[in-house]
Amino acid sequence: MAGIANMRLFRIRGGVHPEDHKRLSAEQDIENLPMPTLLHIPLQQHIGVPAEPLVRRGQVVRKGQILARSQGMISAPVHAPTSGRIMGVGGYPAHHSSGLLVRTITLRPDGYDEWDDDCEGVAEPFALSPEEIAQQVAEAGIVGMGGATFPSAVKLNLHKRYRLDTLVINGAECEPYLTCDDRLMRERPENVRDGVLLMARALGVKQILFAIENNKPEAQSAMIKAVEGYPELQVVGLPTRYPMGSEKHLVQTLIGKETPARGLTADIGVVVHNIATAAAVNDALRHGRPLLSRVVTVSGGAIRQPRNLHVLIGTPLDDLVKYCGGFYDQPARLISGGPMMGQPVPSLRVPVVKGSNGLLALSEEEVQSREQMPCIRCASCVKACPCGLFPLSMAAHIRAGSLEASVELGLLDCIACGSCSYVCPSHIPLVQYFNYAKGELAARQRTQHKQRETKRLAEARTARMEAIKKAKREAMAKRKKEMAEKKARETAAQEATAAASSTDKQPKEEAQA
Amino acid sequence: MLSAVIIISLLGIGMGILLGFAARYFAVEGNPLEAEIEEMLPGSQCGQCGFPGCGPAATAVANGEAPITLCPPGGKALAESLASKLGVSVDLSDMEDSVPRIAHIHEHLCIGCTKCFKRCPTDAILGSSKQIHAVFADACTGCEKCFDECPTECIEMRPIQPTLQTWYWPMPEKAA
Repeated sequence: MAGIANMRLFRIRGGVHPEDHKRLSAEQDIENLPMPTLLHIPLQQHIGVPAEPLVRRGQVVRKGQILARSQGMISAPVHAPTSGRIMGVGGYPAHHSSGLLVRTITLRPDGYDEWDDDCEGVAEPFALSPEEIAQQVAEAGIVGMGGATFPSAVKLNLHKRYRLDTLVINGAECEPYLTCDDRLMRERPENVRDGVLLMARALGVKQILFAIENNKPEAQSAMIKAVEGYPELQVVGLPTRYPMGSEKHLVQTLIGKETPARGLTADIGVVVHNIATAAAVNDALRHGRPLLSRVVTVSGGAIRQPRNLHVLIGTPLDDLVKYCGGFYDQPARLISGGPMMGQPVPSLRVPVVKGSNGLLALSEEEVQSREQMPCIRCASCVKACPCGLFPLSMAAHIRAGSLEASVELGLLDCIACGSCSYVCPSHIPLVQYFNYAKGELAARQRTQHKQRETKRLAEARTARMEAIKKAKREAMAKRKKEMAEKKARETAAQEATAAASSTDKQPKEEAQA
Repeated sequence: MLSAVIIISLLGIGMGILLGFAARYFAVEGNPLEAEIEEMLPGSQCGQCGFPGCGPAATAVANGEAPITLCPPGGKALAESLASKLGVSVDLSDMEDSVPRIAHIHEHLCIGCTKCFKRCPTDAILGSSKQIHAVFADACTGCEKCFDECPTECIEMRPIQPTLQTWYWPMPEKAA
């Protein structure tokens, strides 16, 4: 029997070893959540342009029917997670820390869960051409399900612009608490494998590395069993260290090459996909099922029964919490995603989206919020930073308001993994400073861009106004000239007639005389 | 002694003549900094700074008569680039409060008089006679020229609402 590939791994710098808390939910089978009474499906669940709704209020839709189509190059369509009636298209709180209202389709399930007739799979998906695979993945609305939610089809088309040789499947799941990828690999290894092979076919790569952290031995052995007879697919055991699941660090660990600053892993010939994405690709191609649901880990010290749930997109988080027995007591913090990089959830009303891999209800003792102290320049954060940056200096510059100085220190290379904040003995929210600074820089860039554009518009308008004025002046001058000429002609004619009449008169007068 | 006096006097006279010529033939019209600053300003002549246009505003900034945070459409980005241009330090905290506002037309009040879009310096209003007008949010600088012009007061200056793409975390509170 094949085992873990005996591969030389490369060490990455920094990183931390947080307590993983995975045993809370790691042994819980994936369970289907009962049908919720209402689904709220946001039109933007991906990076890029929001989808454009194709349905109206009151319309009856069937499971898998397209609700909103993708707009532009980087976008993804949205499908009906079940059959039912559209209750409306309007603003609803987003699955986002801001809690802003976003355009959302509200669907009332009819309970029959009837599939749309168009949802038919391909009998032999491996016979499809790479373009057809990417096309179908795009139509299924599949996005990166590790949390980044970048449209997967765009990544599958990278082979058109880059020379690729390796597909890395990210099964690291390095965030504490989360176990959804672990369970998926244990329970549906064949689905994951087929999805991986399809993606490899679309990308045209020869080498496939299936990277799983060593704290998931069951997932590793399940995958090893599933990939028997597929020599191109190697299962690699990764050392357990956060942030091993970061795309760039994962690639560096596996092949020893560093991704260029602010570049893509495709620059060094590697594409990384998440294992949940692979399973979704298999469902889409083999069974014709668009991305309608996902596995979410509900965990944390404040949850009564931590579980791994198979949830329809659009299910309110409240339903998940209720199914897991509710809270022991009021959670100190509700987080979407893992505790290191996850973001606070504004309320339990918000829906599950394509990128939500976990819902954590952390108790007071898990949060351990302590008072912030001044920086003692111990450089723990420098040692922990996996990107080799100076978090303490960057934060000091940001606090003093000089963002440019922090950019020179590498702010834009920060992956916001939170290792620095985790190790800081003074409990300084370092990564929060960086998130703020990145947002502020982006806002300034937008303002500058707008200013350039409005300046162009203002100049164009001034030029146009000048041209109109000039044209008017010229027209006036021309008319004046014409008038003058006409007048001259008229006066000349008058004079002529006057002269003629006077000559006419003269003979008469003479005759009278 | 005498030779020294003569040499110094001649030098003085020579230099004076040179300087006189230089002042006449190498003279610079106006402050070159003004032109450079005007180049950086939005150029929509909106007058939100209190000056009649971007030119006079640039003059005032170059002469130190106006703060570099004067331009609301330029925002913090402009203030910072002006600060680095002029080599002065800038306190951006004053600018926090001024959320940029853009025009919004209440369609039920618009009579389609075309007055507003004739005034708009950046062509940010679309409309024609007896048709409802609309504002291109991306092109509006919030100069309020249309706001003053509208006969039915259907234009409202609204703060720009953040979206998921533009929202970001505020700066964490500093340690006590």
